[in-house]
Amino acid sequence: MTTSIKKLPDIEQVLSGNGACGGCPATMALRIVGKALGSNAIMLLTPSCSVASMGMTPKLGYNWPGINICFATAGSSASGIAHAVEIMQEKGRLPGELPTIFSWVGDGGTYDIGFQALSAAAERNDNMIHFCYNNEAYSNTGVQRSGATPRGSFTTTTPTGKRQPKKNMALLMLEHNIPYVATATVAYPGDLYDKVVKAKNIPGMKYIEILAPCYLGWQFDMPETVQMSRMAVHSGAWLLWEAENSIISFNNPSSHIISGKKDADPVDEYVMKQGRFNRLLKGPDATQRIAEIQGDIDREIAFMRERAKIMI
Amino acid sequence: MKAAQVIMDTGAHAAALAVKSARVDVIPGYPITPQTSIMEAIADMVENGELNARFIPVEGEHSAMAAAVSAAAAGARVFTATSANGLLYMHEVLHMASGGRLPVVMCNVNRGIFAPWTLWADHQDSFAQRDTGWIQYHCSSNQEVFNTILQAFRVAEQINIPVMVNFDGFAISHCLMPLTLPPQEDIDRFLPPHEPEWRLDPEHPSSFSNVTMAAEYAPFRQMLSDDIMASIPLVKQAAQEYKDITGMWDGDTIDTYRLEDAEVIAFAVNSMAAELRLSIDILREQGIKAGLLRPRLYLPFPAEDIINALPQNAQVMVLDRNYNFGHPGGILASELKSVLFGRRNDITVKNRVIGIGGIDLTRRFMAAEIRDMIDD
Repeated sequence: MTTSIKKLPDIEQVLSGNGACGGCPATMALRIVGKALGSNAIMLLTPSCSVASMGMTPKLGYNWPGINICFATAGSSASGIAHAVEIMQEKGRLPGELPTIFSWVGDGGTYDIGFQALSAAAERNDNMIHFCYNNEAYSNTGVQRSGATPRGSFTTTTPTGKRQPKKNMALLMLEHNIPYVATATVAYPGDLYDKVVKAKNIPGMKYIEILAPCYLGWQFDMPETVQMSRMAVHSGAWLLWEAENSIISFNNPSSHIISGKKDADPVDEYVMKQGRFNRLLKGPDATQRIAEIQGDIDREIAFMRERAKIMI
Repeated sequence: MKAAQVIMDTGAHAAALAVKSARVDVIPGYPITPQTSIMEAIADMVENGELNARFIPVEGEHSAMAAAVSAAAAGARVFTATSANGLLYMHEVLHMASGGRLPVVMCNVNRGIFAPWTLWADHQDSFAQRDTGWIQYHCSSNQEVFNTILQAFRVAEQINIPVMVNFDGFAISHCLMPLTLPPQEDIDRFLPPHEPEWRLDPEHPSSFSNVTMAAEYAPFRQMLSDDIMASIPLVKQAAQEYKDITGMWDGDTIDTYRLEDAEVIAFAVNSMAAELRLSIDILREQGIKAGLLRPRLYLPFPAEDIINALPQNAQVMVLDRNYNFGHPGGILASELKSVLFGRRNDITVKNRVIGIGGIDLTRRFMAAEIRDMIDD
């Protein structure tokens, strides 16, 4: 059973008074992550919204030691810290329980510039949790395209809508044969909480990607973050799943879409709600381009359904 | 008391033995010629239990330095090594190490820079990192590599500035020379365990290097600049105390040979400076009062020690194994001229660029070059 939102611990690792936008999904997600991780953890951040909103030196809006690192290096930097704390404890220089080492990184720092170092850390199976809070663009620098930007989306560097589909980063991480991979999103906080608790207790490399609908980049109304997150899941544009030792299981409500018990909502409503897509409708090829978006979603659902049948 | 042990060893393996003696905690590593054999030796030592440390086989040098600085921020003693393009690939993270005041020690095995590819030694790689805020030693023998790595950890951890220990590819890294290994208890006395003033600690949550307004950023940078200059007495103290404990001496900020009465002075770094001692002997036999001044420390540039060491009215022949693009000669000559200007108007500085891409620098060739420069 998924933990109810009412049963989440009282601990708050995201402190009040930080500089995030109203309705910021990354901050919402980090708050849930904090409840699952507790205070004995070391946080790594690459340049992203969560750095911009954490406060300026010497302030810190998160109740962990937080190290800002070079953009490309979440994987390797977390490896350095993970090995350092383990060897210092082995040598008797670090008493107490080992802290959880986790990176809190956007889609740019995960899909794009950080991909190489993250892939290598995963292949080494170093002991960390890599969180990707995925707002599907470089929102912090004013919304430019990333490898996570879906086809059809307008950004400042795709002024007529992106022509290529996004890549399936969580699946790529799964194919590194790491012990735990999960996807989550802010509309399902109990699901996210449970996944983080699970990851915390598994040694080795864990990857958790959280879809983070950003009102500024996606162009919807600020109070609708959670609704957008839910619509992404119901349309199948975002699938909730987890994989322990490469065995995939789907979480509700995505499990119903995968099993065919329930059809995914047509993507139209999800697309219409977002300024980043609905500009497509003004173009002469609107029908075709909406169909492409639907096609990408249908293909991912079909692919993941089949991939999950591999049970070894 | 145990006696020192003398073995025959390469410079690369001497570096690995120094890392073992320093009881390093974390070593991220990535192969590049001619540095590779350092990492191979360390990986072997960690695997067979000789060295109680973590070797992290990263996927590139940018990640090697990232893992190194982050492990240092967690409180570990950290080492890595690279060469040439590997060092250039690290460039961004070198700034994080110095700006973040993280006492990483790294060997750079000097190699010429791509393009076009070359495997052999010159000094463009290390000198190109001049403005990264690292302390830089340049070594001329296998023994000096071993000794300097231990001194580098002392200095780095005292002043929280990373230190680069440079030595030539192949001439030092791959050549056998006698190597004296002091007893481990002597090294432990010289280099006690690393106790950082600050580390990433969940008991004391604090931010590290988030966005910093100019009013705080500027003093951080000024402190780094001031402290790099303030490292010179620490470099001297480390060399002296190392000598007191082990009996070995490679010079402190500078090393000299037949300098006191010299009229013609060769000025160079690394292995060519070892060979230059023989060139000086040749020139002396030919009736030329020649001497050698070798900066061990390239950064901070040891201005006062150089100014004080140069005899009156000397001609200094700077032999640069690098180019100072946009200027007619090499980088060492520019550095030397800048410290002499207005302080030692009696000194003449002449400069040639030699030995690029590993061109062999024999004693006779360099003696002839210096003789030729007298008439320039």
